[in-house]
Amino acid sequence: MNSDLLPLLLQGTGETLYMILLATVASLVIGLPLGVILVVTEKGHIMESSQLNKVLGTIINIVRSFPQIILIVVLLPLARLIVGTSLGSTAAIVPLAIGSAPFLARVIESSLKEVENGKVEAAQAVGARPIEVIGKVLIPEALPSLIRGTTLAIIAITGFTAIAGAIGAGGLGSLAIRFGYMRYRDDVMYSTVIILIVMIQGVQLGGELLAKRIDKRRHKLG
Amino acid sequence: MLKAGVRKPDEGTAEPFEKGTTWNMITVTGLSKAYITPYARVQALKNVSLKVETGDIFGVIGFSGAGKSTLIRCFNRLEEPDEGTIVIAGNNVTSMNQNQLRLARRKIGMIFQQFNLFDSRTVFQNVSFPLEVAGYSRNKIRQRVGEIIELVGLTEKAKAYPSQLSGGQKQRVGIARALANDPDVLLSDEATSALDPQTTYSILELLQDLNRKLNLTIVLITHELDVLKYICNNMAVLERGEIVERGTVKKLFLNPESDTARRFIGITESFHNHTVYREGEGI
Repeated sequence: MNSDLLPLLLQGTGETLYMILLATVASLVIGLPLGVILVVTEKGHIMESSQLNKVLGTIINIVRSFPQIILIVVLLPLARLIVGTSLGSTAAIVPLAIGSAPFLARVIESSLKEVENGKVEAAQAVGARPIEVIGKVLIPEALPSLIRGTTLAIIAITGFTAIAGAIGAGGLGSLAIRFGYMRYRDDVMYSTVIILIVMIQGVQLGGELLAKRIDKRRHKLG
Repeated sequence: MLKAGVRKPDEGTAEPFEKGTTWNMITVTGLSKAYITPYARVQALKNVSLKVETGDIFGVIGFSGAGKSTLIRCFNRLEEPDEGTIVIAGNNVTSMNQNQLRLARRKIGMIFQQFNLFDSRTVFQNVSFPLEVAGYSRNKIRQRVGEIIELVGLTEKAKAYPSQLSGGQKQRVGIARALANDPDVLLSDEATSALDPQTTYSILELLQDLNRKLNLTIVLITHELDVLKYICNNMAVLERGEIVERGTVKKLFLNPESDTARRFIGITESFHNHTVYREGEGI
């Protein structure tokens, strides 16, 4: 085992976690409102607007049709504008968030659509405003499903960070390419893969536990 | 205790409907509604007019697809009527903008066949929802929710979630939620259709009780003649979007005029006879 292995892995893991965390938060900030708008502007829903719905749906589909690696390159100038640099992990967060938000918006849309329309009508029937229907009914009712969807998005973002790493964003993906692949450092390669597996398992398990806990509270017997 | 709306002139009389009160809680005039589907235009309601007296329990009966649900959902504009006016407690519901409608809806409670309770909220929180929306203080909400869940007999279940309740208990929560804002009118959209006969009667008894205690005007739609017979005073028979018969429930049984009414009575009787017969056989 080489003596530089541990510091490399520590730095890579740190950078990856940093990117995942901030990209997740940012894509939630963008994706949650988008997902909500997609649902409530649908025909027959509380803020029906088929035009807005179509425009938004089209934009989301366009962003989603970009291959991730292309999207990162295309969005780097924007990253310089927003975070002041087009290098490293911080710069990668901008394309990561913009690339993941449309996916998250779609996941959130499908979760919110699971809420029975009757519940929305019951809220409207007592005089709830659209914002109250969203905040007090749609989101709380869909919460376990929203958590599972967000878990899915975090895992997708993790994969996305590895791609970003390959073109200079740092993190475990970068380590695997630069050391594991290009310098034949098998120890780096295996270690990064193991760390990524552990991370994904952790996220999946954590999300599932959280969602189950809410489900259980709502369905406990007694 | 609950306070009945001050706007009701006949407040306090035990059975206002039998004393010939003329004050109408609901006046529907010339209501029409059509659904446009890709394949056809379905006329759900055709020029429907009716009046519901204050403190009455008014039933609308009809077979599936007659337009009952559309009719009652027009009352609080969950469905938008194409034509006609609906006046509830002196306010023209059909001419209101969204803000006015939201305020008016607080005074028009509604209960549903599928209960439509919020699974993310406890019984207490379900009942407090309309009060939160209306902007009451926390203390006021706690006090009011306490009163109302006692009224429907669910005090012990305040902390339970809907998934832990039976169908009848769920509908009691639905009723409590609908009454939280002390409405003038309760609209019941097939509220007992998902319940077994025994639970149906306990819910109907509760509705009757609330009608008496609060002088609450109730409009219910149903496809079950027994429900009509059990609690309604006045009724209308709906067939293909039109009212084909109206009057007191007594008159409907003694002297049915429309084919639809006769069919209803015929079906119900043959069903009952059939049941008795089979029981006699010991099956």
